[in-house]
Amino acid sequence: MSVFTLEASLALLGLVLLLLEAFRPEISRRTLGYTAMAGTALALVLLPACGTQLPAFMQPWHQIDTLALFYKGFALVITLLVLWLTLECAPYLTRFTLDGKLGEMFSLPLIVCAGMMWMASARDLVTVFISLELVTITFYVLVAFARKSALSLEAGVKYLILGALSTGVLVYGIAWVYGATGSMNFDAIGKALADPATSKATALFGAALILVGLGFKVAAAPFHMWVPDVYQGAPTPVTTFLSVGSKAAGFVVLTRALEAFVAKGSLIASEVQGVLLIGGSLTVLLGSLPAMFQNSVKRLLAYSSISHAGYLLLALACGSGGRFDIGSSGIVAFYLATYLPMTVLGFLALGLMRVNGQGEDLSDFQGLAKRSPILALIITIAFASLAGLPLTAGFIGKMFVFLSLVDQGCWGALSCAVIAAAAGFYYYFRIILSMYTTNGVEKAPLTVSPLARVVATALAGIILILGVYPRPLEKVLTPPPSGVVEK
Amino acid sequence: MSVLEIVILLPVLAALAVLFGAPARAASVGATLVNLIIVLALSWQYAAKGSTGLAFTHAREILANPAMSFSVGADGVSLILALLTAIVMFAAVWQIQDRPAIFYVASLLIGGGALGAFLTTDVFFIYAFHELALIPTFLMIALHGHAEPIERKKVAWKATIYLGIGSLVLLAGLVWLVVEFSEGPHLTFDLTALRKVAVNSPLPIEKQGAIFFVLLLGFGTLVSLFPFHSWAAPAYATAPTPVAMLHAGVLKKFGLYGLLRIALPLLPQGANVPWVQNALLLMLLGNILVMGLVTIRASRLDETLANSSVMHMGYIFLALAAGSEIALKGAVLLMFAHGVSIALLFALTGKMRNQLGTLEYSKLGGLASHAPAFTVLFAFGAFASIGLPGLSNFAGEVMVFAGSFTGFKGVLTNLHWTVIFALWGVVMSAVYMLRAYRSIFHGSATTGLFMSDPVLPQRLPLILMAATLLLTGCCPWLLLNLLKGALAAG
Repeated sequence: MSVFTLEASLALLGLVLLLLEAFRPEISRRTLGYTAMAGTALALVLLPACGTQLPAFMQPWHQIDTLALFYKGFALVITLLVLWLTLECAPYLTRFTLDGKLGEMFSLPLIVCAGMMWMASARDLVTVFISLELVTITFYVLVAFARKSALSLEAGVKYLILGALSTGVLVYGIAWVYGATGSMNFDAIGKALADPATSKATALFGAALILVGLGFKVAAAPFHMWVPDVYQGAPTPVTTFLSVGSKAAGFVVLTRALEAFVAKGSLIASEVQGVLLIGGSLTVLLGSLPAMFQNSVKRLLAYSSISHAGYLLLALACGSGGRFDIGSSGIVAFYLATYLPMTVLGFLALGLMRVNGQGEDLSDFQGLAKRSPILALIITIAFASLAGLPLTAGFIGKMFVFLSLVDQGCWGALSCAVIAAAAGFYYYFRIILSMYTTNGVEKAPLTVSPLARVVATALAGIILILGVYPRPLEKVLTPPPSGVVEK
Repeated sequence: MSVLEIVILLPVLAALAVLFGAPARAASVGATLVNLIIVLALSWQYAAKGSTGLAFTHAREILANPAMSFSVGADGVSLILALLTAIVMFAAVWQIQDRPAIFYVASLLIGGGALGAFLTTDVFFIYAFHELALIPTFLMIALHGHAEPIERKKVAWKATIYLGIGSLVLLAGLVWLVVEFSEGPHLTFDLTALRKVAVNSPLPIEKQGAIFFVLLLGFGTLVSLFPFHSWAAPAYATAPTPVAMLHAGVLKKFGLYGLLRIALPLLPQGANVPWVQNALLLMLLGNILVMGLVTIRASRLDETLANSSVMHMGYIFLALAAGSEIALKGAVLLMFAHGVSIALLFALTGKMRNQLGTLEYSKLGGLASHAPAFTVLFAFGAFASIGLPGLSNFAGEVMVFAGSFTGFKGVLTNLHWTVIFALWGVVMSAVYMLRAYRSIFHGSATTGLFMSDPVLPQRLPLILMAATLLLTGCCPWLLLNLLKGALAAG
């Protein structure tokens, strides 16, 4: 069985659950949720066992390499966590849905997951576009899911309008690139761009439009304005999904597209890299600096997610000529892998606060250490890692990015990144400090379900282990030496 | 599992155990005592074998490219500082009374972080462990400091911003080193490998000076080098007692250790570049003379101690600027001596604050008559701090001054002038310490403040520190034996 059957089966499972949800109301929503989780978990287990062979007709537009396999696993893990988080937050979420139930919240993530897995293997722009739309359109529904909440509706509308606009820009860009190079296939585009006969201006215009379109998806400045509002309004599990899954999806496409745009001898390589450097520098700053002044932790996490996108862009901007075995695409994948546990933990904390009848402001975190010491410790680890403290996974990810910038001599971008990281220390530690402060207000202990404890501890454990022993992940991401042909 | 790994992990594991509900005092005192015994045994073994260079090494690869590994190893300098950490951590944990478990956790983490920084030989881990130790310091000052909540938060943020920026500058300097000294296409963070390259193909002298200066600013901020010192005095005056003991006594030595272990061997000419040396001499004179005068003006005991601790760092920077073997050995000795004596003084100050509620000189007096044992212990700390012969600091200071005033050929160089000015620091130390001693313990207690001696179990850690000062003061060769050849290259 080849890997691509997994995403097909997941999409199928999503559809079946959707139909069951619509026509068999006697089946409890929890059962649907557990079925979806079981399906995802099964796919995750089967993933390493699946073969990578492809039928001949798929080969021009589909590929299964190290990176694709990694991102497929990544999509499955985050989907599983989001499904679980939905169940965990259900008591709170159901207050805001029309029928008081969670219906499609369990089937739609599966379809998103299938889209992300498909995208990871994309080898041409059409596949990219189709899978990206599958993901984005499903997200339009998910973001506005809490229909009785005005914030959620507002978020849905904003996301829909800006998302549709960015899709338009992306398609337009694809058309121009096709016009310039005569192909949709990444390899062919790369070859055509290295050919001096190709019109540079046309190709550059197309590439710029594609970068703008993808910039919207990964929340790169100056196309990041939608993020704080949408993240704040969307239900917390969906925000998690957007922040981790959607971002990873955007970056896998960017990685693939850039491999073509900055391929050896490409006419537009230096321009594209310059744009990425400037965009990345802007993104880290415009994410980090406003985050210092947020009082809503959810908005703060939204801004932090923008600045993390900036570090990822900077890593991509360094190109593949770096001195690290894992290359810039590997650095992005590494960074995302470290970003997953810490972000999920951050949003898990928000979800748990909500379930316990608390708000999402900084003041609501006060005294958390008294109310649940273990949870406070775990969240401390997560935020320390987001800040990039040594001995946590976040440091290693940032170190790769910073060392690549040093290596390439991008001093301007490096100083922006350093400023952003320093600001990051301030706002993440504000939350940590707030958790350990009590202003005499005694609140009841937090109720945390046993499963939530286990998952949170496991995620914190992953952060610490990756922080002191990143070698296994490096091994996974190191592509096989190019001299050896895979059989 | 190598023995140094156990030394590093034991306090961290004990901290975790306490956090998850183990009996705080028993676990902490037990772990630190075991640690102290192991470190003593290791030092004994190292000295008995007459070893030089790194011993007890062990490495585990954690990342292939850039090459990083959790590699441990100790030479004489690291062992002396590990010994200092073990002693102060044991005393700091022991002297905690009626405090929540977080005090034990924080002390163990700060101590464990310091041990990690002193005993690992990979630049990444040296840096990382120091950061690990800074977080509890910051949290404890902000949450349990001796000041109003708003005030202590301000102090904590000030320290954090200074130390955070210092750490960033330091990180930049370290990365610069790594990039310059990595051989071949792969970057490496292994100090031994970097040293090898530095010996075989040293950098041009001007570049050495530039990197050295960046490292000096980074490490210097962590050691409260003038003019980046203003975080230190309020932080120590505000910090809870065990945190003040561990930070002023142990963790601050990290910056000096880094300069000795990383900057000097990799950049042997760095400190000799004229502009770097002159800048360093000016800054260290600032530490000694300016901070000496500030300390004389202090009106409270905690202020005196906090400022004096900043001031005394100047002597060690003097040794680094001179770079002669005797001066550097003296500097290591002085780091040890200063760490023990300031920890002893902060521990005693904590007890005074708890019993009397004030540390203002104008309100104190005549304590010697009701707390004789306390007075004697304080005298040990205070006289050591002045540099009285027979106590540990004296040996260190003499070696630093003698070792720095070398190569005199009839013309006084900037270095010689600095030594001459720095000597006045000894006088200033005597002025403020004796004044403090007199106004607290002598005279009559007009305000009716009364203080009793600590009970015997509470005296033990204090006696341990006082005895250490006396022992290493009378027999400095105990420590110097560990330093055979360790600093010859510098």
